[in-house]
Order: sequence, then structure tokens, then C-alpha cells
Amino acid sequence: MSELTLRPAHQATSVPTLDMSTRLGSVTFPNPVFTASGCAAAGQELDQFFDISELGGIVTKSIMLAPRSGRATPRMAETPSGMLNSIGLQGPGIDAFLDKDLAWLASRGARAVVSIAGGSVEDYAKLTAKLRGRPGLAMIEVNISCPNVEDRGQVFACDPTASAAVISAVKRAAPTGVPVFAKLSPDVTDIASIARACVDAGADGLSVINTLLGMVIDTDTMRPALGGVTGGLSGPAIRPVAVRCVWQIRQALPDISILGMGGIRTGLDALEFVLAGANAVSVGTTVFGDPTAPVRVLDELARALASRGFERFEDAIGLAHQPPVLYVPEDPDPVGDGHEVVSHPPVALDTDS
Amino acid sequence: MPVQVQGEVLSMRKVGAYIAMTVVAPGMAELTRPGHFVAVQVGGPESSMLLRRAFAIYEVKSRGVYGGTVEFIFSVHGKGTAWLAARRAQDKLDLVGPLGQPFKLPTHPATATLVGGGYGSAPLLSLAASLRERGCRVDFVLGAASADRLFGQLDAKRIATSIEVTTDDGSMGRRGRVSDVLPQLLDRTGSEVVYACGPMAMLKAVSEICGERQIPCQVAVEEAMACGIGVCMTCVLPVIGDDGQTRMLRSCVEGPVFLGDRVRWDDVGTLPPDVVGSLNAVGGSHR
Repeated sequence: MSELTLRPAHQATSVPTLDMSTRLGSVTFPNPVFTASGCAAAGQELDQFFDISELGGIVTKSIMLAPRSGRATPRMAETPSGMLNSIGLQGPGIDAFLDKDLAWLASRGARAVVSIAGGSVEDYAKLTAKLRGRPGLAMIEVNISCPNVEDRGQVFACDPTASAAVISAVKRAAPTGVPVFAKLSPDVTDIASIARACVDAGADGLSVINTLLGMVIDTDTMRPALGGVTGGLSGPAIRPVAVRCVWQIRQALPDISILGMGGIRTGLDALEFVLAGANAVSVGTTVFGDPTAPVRVLDELARALASRGFERFEDAIGLAHQPPVLYVPEDPDPVGDGHEVVSHPPVALDTDS
Repeated sequence: MPVQVQGEVLSMRKVGAYIAMTVVAPGMAELTRPGHFVAVQVGGPESSMLLRRAFAIYEVKSRGVYGGTVEFIFSVHGKGTAWLAARRAQDKLDLVGPLGQPFKLPTHPATATLVGGGYGSAPLLSLAASLRERGCRVDFVLGAASADRLFGQLDAKRIATSIEVTTDDGSMGRRGRVSDVLPQLLDRTGSEVVYACGPMAMLKAVSEICGERQIPCQVAVEEAMACGIGVCMTCVLPVIGDDGQTRMLRSCVEGPVFLGDRVRWDDVGTLPPDVVGSLNAVGGSHR
């Protein structure tokens, strides 16, 4: 019988010469792999499987002002390479979250990215004010994919004016030195225009993307499969949509920080987001099937960068936007058959000459 | 504390309509108590099925020629379990476990009745062994739709003082439901504690019968799960807490074992207005 491997805890295998640190807004994180909001609760469950302080940060499940039950079950339907969920932001409310969850994250030495959600601009401002002076808070992610109760339930993230109003209120209330990221919905005609509205309102960065609105009908009951009827689609099925969104925002806003997410399962998936322009990535739905995935993705990403000759993670950000890099081998015609060899990296040709 | 293990299939056997799968999973057996479950990755590393399938643990062995093993029972319901059924000895299998809250055992040698529906009897057999070790009297009621959907009658017969079997079609034991025979059995044995695992409708009936007699009853529920480890908030059901308030609790970490009289059976699959933070609260928001 072949040897079996037990992995109660992940063995960190760092690639020594590689600098994995990355900046999001004004804050430098030790590495670019985070959890995703709603896919890691507040970190405690995953800490049973790996040391959560090994990640760049823990993005917590969106928290609201009051305790919230979430929606009726069924809340989940598995779909090809993905899943549909309608949890409905179940949570304990901000006060219990601060006292229990954020305090615990701080005690574990984790960098907490607190995701907040509200039904009005005022909700978001109040939530942000409560975060002031809290140890462990590294960043705020503003979940604007919530219905605006003051605007007929229209989702904030689908309207540039409403998105900007939330972001500017959060920015006014936010502690200094804590970056504010707006989490964008892909269910819009022009995501770059929403991104620009958020940045103009003061967002330090953008989290891209939230789930896509979807639906599954149970052909046995002949009714919607989810209690909430519609739900958010996540997982590898949405990855190309997410990469496209990161790409479009990076093109429109070359200097803004982007936290990319949507179906990342491996280090190479993460690298796609980075090459499209993400400064860091979140591993989300994959965690449901593989609780150690975030540290595995981090390890695989480091190896993928090292094998491509990178010494700094940040050198890979947005590289797919650069013109193709051609290679000039030291001997362009090593075989001597008159055909010059043009293979992969490392020397860029001066394309102007 | 659960572990994630790259296990290896040791053996598979057909038991009536079910499959019993034994997986070499070092480190898991020692941590497992009756009522714990295991979450199994299906479809391999490139699978389009992202979510684990959760199964109650039937039996563990911490030592032996092959190291620690975990055995669970399943039936083919969909693509994931069909893939699992097509595994063969020595195939790799990624397991996370043991998960959930196990059954709580009585502190004194009590008289216990164990009620299993279908392969819901799987976790009750190791529970029966633990109860017997503590000097408890164990009586079994096993029920299923038909004889091939019963599980564990022989094990139960060996371990229990008495066993009653019911089938919906009368193909084995008495025709009917476990709830038809349970009241008389409880009254006859003077049972002080009841444990049950099976379909939700059966658990509801057992909880009501025990409630009428004020017999404490622990039930292991079956809810659809996405993660099994407490992060996705999918597998919730309305459960009354010590403070009298109802909350949507996760059956994977706060369960799967609950006190039968704390579960609001009629409200499972709904959102009662008096749940803490209910979106259906009178005058509350409906977003």
C-alpha cells in the first residue's frame, strides 16, 4: 500500500528568494492571498486546519448593525463548477462581532478585513464608526451588493451614484490608515464606471467580484431550488467573468488597488487575476470543499511566480496588459539551421527600434 | 478538532440498498465519537462538484494492519454519490472529519432506546456499544421503507436487549412506522433516554412521542450542507436555545445532534418571525 499523507496543518514551504508582500491602499500585507467574505466566517473554523495568520488577511463575513437570521432554507444548490447561495447575510450584528470575532482575530495576530453591509447610507456610516480604534482591523471591505431600502430595494452596487454615496460616507467615518475597498457586483453594464464612481468617492481600492445573480429550478418539485428563489453564483464557473472585470478595471484605473476574487481554486488561477491586474486575491467558494485551500493557493502561487523568474510578487501585477515580451536567446540560432529560436522570457525587446 | 486526510479506499461492500465504504484515514479514528460525521470530496481534484458530501460515521478502527480506518454508509442519490459508488480499493479519497457534535452519553447506567430510520441507524450502532460499555440497557427500533433499506439489524440484535423492526411495505418486521411501535416500547422498558437518527419526519415524530412522556431525546438531523465545517451557513434550522430564543443554528457545528424538544420541526425550511434577527419579523425589514 502506498504511503498516506496526513495534513492536519499545512506545512508552509516558502520560496526563499521571493518577496510575496503586496500593498493594498496604504497598507502592506505580507502576502497576497486572503479569504473571501462569506466563505470563511470570521476565521475560527478555518484556524482548525491551518494557521490563519499565515494568510495576507481574513476577510470576514459581511456584518450588519443588528443580529440577522438570514433566509429560509434551502440556501444552497450545487451547480456545474459552482454553487448558488441565498444565505441572506445571517450574522450576530456588529456589537457581538466586535467583541467576539474581531477581538479573537486580533488575538490570533490575523489581519482582519472587515466586510460591512447595510440597507442605507447611514447604516454603513454607523458600522464604520464602530470599527474605529479596534485592534486587528487592517482594512474595510464595503459590501455594496445590498438592496437600498431608501431606493425601492435597488442594489447599491448597480448604481454609480448610490455606490459613491456609501463609499464617501464610509470614508468620512473610517479610521485613518485603514483602506476602504468597495466590493463590486458583476451584474452591471459597465463595471469600470461603477469602479470609477467609487474611487472618485474616496475608495482606496476595489474588491472584484461579488457573486452573479442566478437561479436553479428543481425539476422534481418544479419550483425554485432556493428558499430565497434567486441566489449568488460563485466558484470556478464565474472565474472568466471575474478575470474580465479585473482586467477592465485595471485598464480604466491603472493605479487603483484591486483585490480579485471569483472561483480561485489553484495558484495558477490566482496568477491569472494578478496578471489581469489584481494586487491580491481572495479564495472563496473553494474553501467549502477544501478548507486548506487558501494556504495551498499561496504556496502554489509562490511556486508559479518563482518558476517564471519573478523575485517580487508585485512585478507580476497587471503584466498581461503589457505588450508581449519576446526573448532573444544568447545564441539566436543554436541549431545552426537558419531558424532563429524565439522561446519564452527573460529579455524584453525594445519595440520602438 | 477535525483533520483533513488524503485517505485511501480499503474496501466497499453492498448492504441491501446501501454501500458501506471503509477508508484508511490515519488520525481520524482516535478523535471520533458516536454521532460524528465525515465530509468526503467527490469527483477528484478537477471535479466540477465543489462541495463535499457528508455522511454519519458508522465505525472507526484506530489500529490494525492498515492503520486507522473510517467506515460510512451511503446510497446513490446523485452524481456525487454515483462517483463515490464507482470507487475501488486503493483509490484516493479526501476526507475531513470527525465533524459536528456527537451524542451525549448518560452519566449513570440508564435505559436507552435507539431509533434508526433507513441508514440513519449507522451512527447508532457505535453509540449502542458505548452505552453498553457504561452499563446501559439498549433497545432498538429500526425502520425503513422496505427490507433492503434497513441497515444494521444484525449488529443491533447482537448488542441490544431487544429490537423491533418496522417497514412501510411489511417486507420485514411489522408493517408501519417506527412511531407506531415506539410508544409501547418506551412504556414497557421504562426508557430514560432516547437517541434517534433518520429522516426529518421520523425525528419529528420521535421527538413528539418523547416530549409527551418527558423523556430526553437526542436526534441527529440530516440537512443539506455545503462545507460541513461551519463557514457557509447553509445547513441551518430553527432551534430554541437555553435562553428561550430561537436561532438559525448550523447543523454541521452546533449539530448534527440536537435535543429533540429544541428543534422547531414544523418551522424547518421556513423563517419564523420570532427567530432572532428574523427577516420576517413583524415590522422588520424584508430585504
